[in-house]
Amino acid sequence: MKDAEGYVTEDGRQIGGLLMEMRNITLKFGGVTAINDISFDVREGEIRAIIGPNGAGKSSMLNIISGFYTPTIGEVWYKGEKRPQMRPYEVARMGVARTFQNIALFEGMSVLDNVMTGRLTHMKAGIAAQALWWGKAREEEMANREIVEKVIDFLEIQSIRKTPVGRLPYGLKKRVELARALAAEPSILLLDEPMAGMNVEEKEDMSRFILDVNDEFGSTICLIEHDMGVVMDLSDRVVVMDYGKKIGDGTPDEVRRNQNVIDAYLGVAH
Amino acid sequence: MELLHDIFVAPFVDMVEAPDFLLQVLWEGLVSGVLYALIALGFVLIFRSSRIFNFAQGIMVVFAALTLVGLHSYGIPAWISVLLTLGVMFVLAVTIERVVLRPLVGQPDIILFMATIGITLFLIGFGETIFGGENKVMISAELGIPTGDTVLAPWGGLLILQHLDITVVLVAVALVAALLAFLNYTQMGRAIRALGDDHQAALSVGISLQTIWVLVWFIAGIIALVTGIAWGARAGVSFALEVIAYKALPVLMLGGLESITGAIVGGLMIGIMEKLFEIYWGQPILGGNTETWFAFVLALVVLLFRPQGLFGERIIERV
Repeated sequence: MKDAEGYVTEDGRQIGGLLMEMRNITLKFGGVTAINDISFDVREGEIRAIIGPNGAGKSSMLNIISGFYTPTIGEVWYKGEKRPQMRPYEVARMGVARTFQNIALFEGMSVLDNVMTGRLTHMKAGIAAQALWWGKAREEEMANREIVEKVIDFLEIQSIRKTPVGRLPYGLKKRVELARALAAEPSILLLDEPMAGMNVEEKEDMSRFILDVNDEFGSTICLIEHDMGVVMDLSDRVVVMDYGKKIGDGTPDEVRRNQNVIDAYLGVAH
Repeated sequence: MELLHDIFVAPFVDMVEAPDFLLQVLWEGLVSGVLYALIALGFVLIFRSSRIFNFAQGIMVVFAALTLVGLHSYGIPAWISVLLTLGVMFVLAVTIERVVLRPLVGQPDIILFMATIGITLFLIGFGETIFGGENKVMISAELGIPTGDTVLAPWGGLLILQHLDITVVLVAVALVAALLAFLNYTQMGRAIRALGDDHQAALSVGISLQTIWVLVWFIAGIIALVTGIAWGARAGVSFALEVIAYKALPVLMLGGLESITGAIVGGLMIGIMEKLFEIYWGQPILGGNTETWFAFVLALVVLLFRPQGLFGERIIERV
């Protein structure tokens, strides 16, 4: 079912070639090993999940992908090339967009402005041109606005476009954060616990949005999630981590049958 | 009794009896207020994007004015000197980011604050070495800043508006409007505001701290140059100008460190109120010279009731 050129999912979607590869990643903080020699890959167009109990190292892994952490050992391969050490904003400019577990929005700015910042990675006009609102800068602003409006429509947040983000309830903030990431038209979209702290209805909405984003925009999505049920329904392939190690990797069905995974989640004496 | 009369009755009687003079006082206050607001704006911009309280803003005003006058004294035409001075302010921004800010990223705020005191002392010494310590005259005429005045006669009285002051107000208004448009309607402006809100999120959307810091310090430099020209034209160019930067402190206490509106309103309020107080209360009752301290007292009184300033962000601490 799997080969170098990709594979076809159960629901008939064609998944493409390798987009990102994590090779033998180890991350140490002083004496603590947060991630221990983990390798996995993400393919184009797929929804890839990383799951695991609390403290398994999932968020650390996401922070490595997005450049917030540098692995102690190991390599990140992106679009067929080894990625040199980079700062987070440089990674973002290479087409990696992300959301945060505890929401990092620009609280003082409106929803529209927040989503517009997602377009910063596509900014080409120089500072002087922008300051003077010159031809190119102006065209760019218009083009950006069009894409942003599309994303806002898509995520159904038109009614709050002008509202300062600080005033929004939690669930909507999560959605605005997703909109900002999506506005970047990323090659890979990283979602850090997109469903954390949501009620059942909000979780359903968010699941639907994630599936629709993947479907409509063809985005590759890599997400971390706690809620096993949700993950199994959403994802094409799942990596399972426990105590910084990889204990399972495969389709939801494969993972569900994996004895190590069952042990980690149900708990056995270590 | 007489004192109470002097405080609560006499000033208002004076105001009503000579409304033209009151207007004159208000106008003078407004003009200084505009300049305070500009300086405060420089503080706010830098504080919002980097949490640095930039003590050097005042000396940057002096340095910009000195550079302009100095360049012109070498025979360079006035407007070319302005452009070159802008270039110098840009180089200064890049240097400060490279040499001072970048190595200190992540240090406690107080360290960065002290670093800006260091920048202040350096600029004073460096400026004096290059341009000399003596007072200089701003090249107002060469820059085409109008002199002369317009005399109006409201209610049959007398109101004198210096053309210099009118120009200062108009230029300041244009500068602030341009700055607000830049911050609100361009991607770069959004990046600046975003960085002030949340560093992590800013990084994740591809904003480079370094670029924005250089940009913000450069904008502060432009504001410093405009302020320097304006104040220099009114009072001459010397290191004494730096003192006006301290006037920005009460403005910031009033307006809050975060708010651009606060800086503008705070600046105008302080400018106008200190002038009113000086003329109607300070001179008759206290023998004058209240302008040096009145602003601070006003700010302290406001802080008693609103610790975050008039427009600052509410301080909510989770317990």
